[in-house]
Amino acid sequence: MPVQTVAPRIEVRASAPVQTSSKAKVAVRNLDFFYGRVQALHGISLDIPERIVMAFIGPSGCGKSTFLRTLNRMNDVIPATRVGGEVLIDDHDIYAPGTDVVELRRRVGMVFQKSNPFPKSIFDNVAYGLKINRVTSSGSELEGRVEQALKDAALWNEVKDRLKTSALSLSGGQQQRLCIARALAIRPEVLLMDEPASALDPIATSKIEELIFDLKKQYTIVIVTHNMQQAARVSDRTAFFLLGKLIEVNATEKMFTAPNEKLTEDYITGRFG
Amino acid sequence: MDLHRHLDDELSSLRDRVLLLGGEAEQALERAMYSLSERDSEVAEQVLDHDDQVDHLEVEIDRQCIDIIALRQPAARDLRFVISVAKMAPVLERIADHACNIARAAIDLNNEPELKSVLDLNRMAEHALKMLRGALDAFTSSDATAAREIIESDSEINDLYNHTFHRLIELMVTEPTTATRDARLLFVAKHLERIGDYVTDICELTVYMAEAAFIKHT
Repeated sequence: MPVQTVAPRIEVRASAPVQTSSKAKVAVRNLDFFYGRVQALHGISLDIPERIVMAFIGPSGCGKSTFLRTLNRMNDVIPATRVGGEVLIDDHDIYAPGTDVVELRRRVGMVFQKSNPFPKSIFDNVAYGLKINRVTSSGSELEGRVEQALKDAALWNEVKDRLKTSALSLSGGQQQRLCIARALAIRPEVLLMDEPASALDPIATSKIEELIFDLKKQYTIVIVTHNMQQAARVSDRTAFFLLGKLIEVNATEKMFTAPNEKLTEDYITGRFG
Repeated sequence: MDLHRHLDDELSSLRDRVLLLGGEAEQALERAMYSLSERDSEVAEQVLDHDDQVDHLEVEIDRQCIDIIALRQPAARDLRFVISVAKMAPVLERIADHACNIARAAIDLNNEPELKSVLDLNRMAEHALKMLRGALDAFTSSDATAAREIIESDSEINDLYNHTFHRLIELMVTEPTTATRDARLLFVAKHLERIGDYVTDICELTVYMAEAAFIKHT
């Protein structure tokens, strides 16, 4: 579990993490997160502008995946966890009482490290979210939405002639894109991706990265990655986490050529981590 | 971590090589000016003979920079260092080329009547060498302040060049028979002035390396 038990002693410039230059789709304010008595996130404040790709980087256990999962309350399913602070999506605090978590997760979709298609057909995998959310009532509309999601996930041309075959027959990269199609089918506004290409070969990784590049025209994308070159390739902004703290968030080109914080520099130049 | 120590070793080797190239350029200039002022064509020939080694060193540095970028994917200060070195090596090689041109001029001039003490060529060369040594020191210590001071001092070479230019034009008008010699000396002065500009480029790269600031053309 990516937590630490000793309070980190890291000095961070108060002005470093917050970026407020354009309208934030997601605005996190002073977020704390606890696994039981262990604090995993410390006072995170961060803006994610609309329709950009934001990458989270940092060593294992730094809290980046934990933080990602706070953005659609996926941590709610873990017992004895506690959140403090605010996560605002379009100015609405998703942790406010009365929040419809199912609706939240429709708006904020998620793709995981390991592709997890259902043991169903390719078509049914993509249609699943539409059916359980009762998004469509007509068969033709359902087919249209499935086709569009598969096209958006750059998978349509590879599967259009075998929609009824099992999703498990697809390659690893195709399965991951199928999961992205499944997430896109219900038309989320924000897409969270937790190391979506870490288990894929370079060609499949390249396809996922091209897809991310295309998807940011329509979606706000947040990606956790251990691969710093991937963060540099796909993201517009990068946030660096260490020991549960946000050390720096900056434009990606700035982050990888001249970061503001020495800790960031040490990490991305491989001096620690 | 081994991989990072490996990168550190490679960066250190790259630094050594570029300083070696800087030393070669410095020595070439020093010897070319010696051959001119002491009318020693043998030394000038040695400068020309040595230039192939300078070119070879530049290519080695180029190759090493490409390897590091391709294989190590440096970032932040490491990236700035490699990029600066990659851009600095051809500048140093060009300085050595200018030194060769001065050596060629010296071989020609040594066959002509001597012209001494009326020109600032030695002062220009001393200043260019001082700038070059300072620039290499500033690069080694990543000292942007020192680099900026050296950039400022380039105006002194420019002033000396302008003075030399006008003096040589005067000589060409008053003594047309020595115009060929004067024209060659004018080229020497121009080579020294260009070396000052190249040292400025090196200092700008040092500022970029140290501060990630682009000061070229500002």
